[in-house]
Amino acid sequence: MLSRVAERIYWAARYLERAENTARLVGVYDNLLFDLPRSVNIGWFNLVVINSGTELFHERYRVQDERNVVKFLLADDTNPSSMLSSLLCLRENIRTARDVLPSEAWELVNELHLFARNNIQQGINRSDRHVFLNGIIEGCQGINGLLAGTMSRDPAWSFMRLGCNLERADMTTRLLDAGAAALLSTDPSDPTSLDQLVWGNVLRSGSAYMPYRRTVRTAVSGPEVANFLLDDEHFPRSVRFCLEQSALSASRLPDSGEQYSPVKPVLPTYAIEDDSSLGQNFRDHLNDLQLVLMDVHKRIAGNWFLCDETPG
Amino acid sequence: MYIDWKQYDPGHFFDELIGADGSPRDPASKLTHYLTDLNTEELEKRRKMAEATIQEMGVSFTVYTEEGNIDRAWPFDIIPRTISRQQWDKTAAGLKQRLRALNLFIDDLYHEQRILKDKVVPRYLIENSTNFRPECIGVSPPHGVWAHICGTDLVRDGDGEFYVLEDNLRVPSGVSYMLENRSITKRVLPELFENDNILPIDDYPARLFDTLASLSPRQVKQPEIVVLTPGIFNSAYFEHAFLAQQMGAELVEGSDLVVGDDDMVYMRTIDGLTRVDVIYRRIDDLFLDPEVFRKDSTLGVPGLMRAWKKGNVALANAPGAGVADDKVIYAYVPQIIKYYLDEEPLIRNVETFLCDDDKQRRYVLANLDKLVVKPANESGGYGMLVGPHSTQKEQARFAELIKANPRNYIAQPTLALSTAPTLVANNNLEPRHLDLRPFILQARDTYCTTGGLTRVAMTKGSLVVNSSQGGGSKDTWIVDTEVK
Repeated sequence: MLSRVAERIYWAARYLERAENTARLVGVYDNLLFDLPRSVNIGWFNLVVINSGTELFHERYRVQDERNVVKFLLADDTNPSSMLSSLLCLRENIRTARDVLPSEAWELVNELHLFARNNIQQGINRSDRHVFLNGIIEGCQGINGLLAGTMSRDPAWSFMRLGCNLERADMTTRLLDAGAAALLSTDPSDPTSLDQLVWGNVLRSGSAYMPYRRTVRTAVSGPEVANFLLDDEHFPRSVRFCLEQSALSASRLPDSGEQYSPVKPVLPTYAIEDDSSLGQNFRDHLNDLQLVLMDVHKRIAGNWFLCDETPG
Repeated sequence: MYIDWKQYDPGHFFDELIGADGSPRDPASKLTHYLTDLNTEELEKRRKMAEATIQEMGVSFTVYTEEGNIDRAWPFDIIPRTISRQQWDKTAAGLKQRLRALNLFIDDLYHEQRILKDKVVPRYLIENSTNFRPECIGVSPPHGVWAHICGTDLVRDGDGEFYVLEDNLRVPSGVSYMLENRSITKRVLPELFENDNILPIDDYPARLFDTLASLSPRQVKQPEIVVLTPGIFNSAYFEHAFLAQQMGAELVEGSDLVVGDDDMVYMRTIDGLTRVDVIYRRIDDLFLDPEVFRKDSTLGVPGLMRAWKKGNVALANAPGAGVADDKVIYAYVPQIIKYYLDEEPLIRNVETFLCDDDKQRRYVLANLDKLVVKPANESGGYGMLVGPHSTQKEQARFAELIKANPRNYIAQPTLALSTAPTLVANNNLEPRHLDLRPFILQARDTYCTTGGLTRVAMTKGSLVVNSSQGGGSKDTWIVDTEVK
């Protein structure tokens, strides 16, 4: 398999996952914000912060209101992580790698991109948003289902999985960070207990609510949620699970070249015991995890995407 | 409202579906009968279905404009064009004959040049040809074949006969659209495939694969075959990806390939460097290898010609094959067929005037308003003068061009290009002019597609069918009328 094609497939998987996650995030926020007391200062803008988009957002918009945030996250073509940008990048990557993918994959991706582009206004208006976002999420899952059901478990598949799992792990650390940041920014003297609401929402954003309830079997609490999302061995979006899957996918790929470096990283340790463990130190830990994920990406790129050997 | 064939009038042109007496031709009878039963709403529904299918399948081509490159949906007319199997078999035999002769011709030009010594083709034509590559002299590609993939443009004149308009021996495109047109039609008019004897066309990718595999320098079970594309911005990128996928070959860009000190071609893969045996190249000769041709080419691979000359890699089509798709050489193809095969040409050429010949040039200059003037080495319908549709100013400009460089121009009478019913505004059927591009393969064996790509001039009265200039296309049905 060509290195260039491997790279495009890896990125296609990342963008597919990113598009779905973005749609999911906006959908969950839609629900959450109805439940929060007015005194609480968690707004739509939090979503921009999670996605490291603060600077870019301020270049484009003045007001941090719902409409602008949703527009920025779903439709903005100057935001490289917006849902539409992700779908466009997905389409371009699949288009230039479709010779190794099932031909229906290209058709589905193309359809999804057209659907998103033609109906994007529905995502911005609140009344149709739910249906629209569901359409996007179902579209992404349909593509994932098609690929899972039809792709040979060859290197192309391994690169898909690598991209998908790395993007997921990244998103999970961002969701946790959003939760921690939200609670740090509230007034400690505020009598309303927001913990349950915020951590419950973090779980829902990661489609983790039901799996958490079944696995942990206690009420939603910050430390339990953090441990579940970071370290659960069965939940497909926990950081640990994603990294183990990545290592597994990598082990199926050829270890050519002298510069081959193992994909499984050494994770920084951080003990989470009670609510006091979820302060600024926790946020620093999450930041360290994101650096590790970036390092994993660099290793993948170094192992298989770059190739400067000269033939003998 | 239903289709009223009485309103359909192709005038004095030969119509592919409807005979001079207004009744359907044999191979079109089931089709026209079926269409007659569709009301306007149903026709509109099918047209929309085709449109949606094309969008979803992502069948597109790129148009270069001043505002940048636009990825356009493939323009498609849902009414197929029909040809009887009997007539097609004869035509296919003629096309194979033609390509065999052209390959003997090219091989001769790069070796002994017997045909020049025997003065059948004038030597200066070759020496002046922009597509003759001295770098290729003495090279002997497998099977003595240079043009492995050929797209020949056929037109039907008022007499109902097929004529060859031109041979495309460099990087002919369109075959993927031929295949996609059929998949679209199967979705849009499925009932007809049950009742009519329409011959299948989908073996092309397998035949192309076999053709390429038979060129492999290594006698291995699975030679490494790649399709070399200039990249996503090329107008035919869709086709490059399509063919690579259908053949299970790698789609590579120049930067994916590297030639080693051992003069072998390798591609950069996740396993490291892997040797390549056959390259189906879809980039022009001059961009193939910056060491030999254009130094500024970033599309090609440095050292590729070295590897090819040593026989370490096969290139299809071989560099230099374009010498035979010069429009001046075209005029000599009947003599070329006779010279090498000692056979009469099975398909005729369109009458052609060579501006290089004093007498013929005088005739051309005196009749610019009636003739079609073409440059010898352009494709895509660019740089042409269509006499009857031109202004005096344009004619004067072409007169100057011809006088300045007579070797570079030919002229042909304006053909009464055949027509076929085409769906136009308000779901009316009107005659539109069309041509046909079959694809012929040659390596160890020779093969011709069943039919080809039909291109339609969508504008009333227009003769320009090129998709880059607003042409559309139709599915082409070879119908076996003898099977009941």
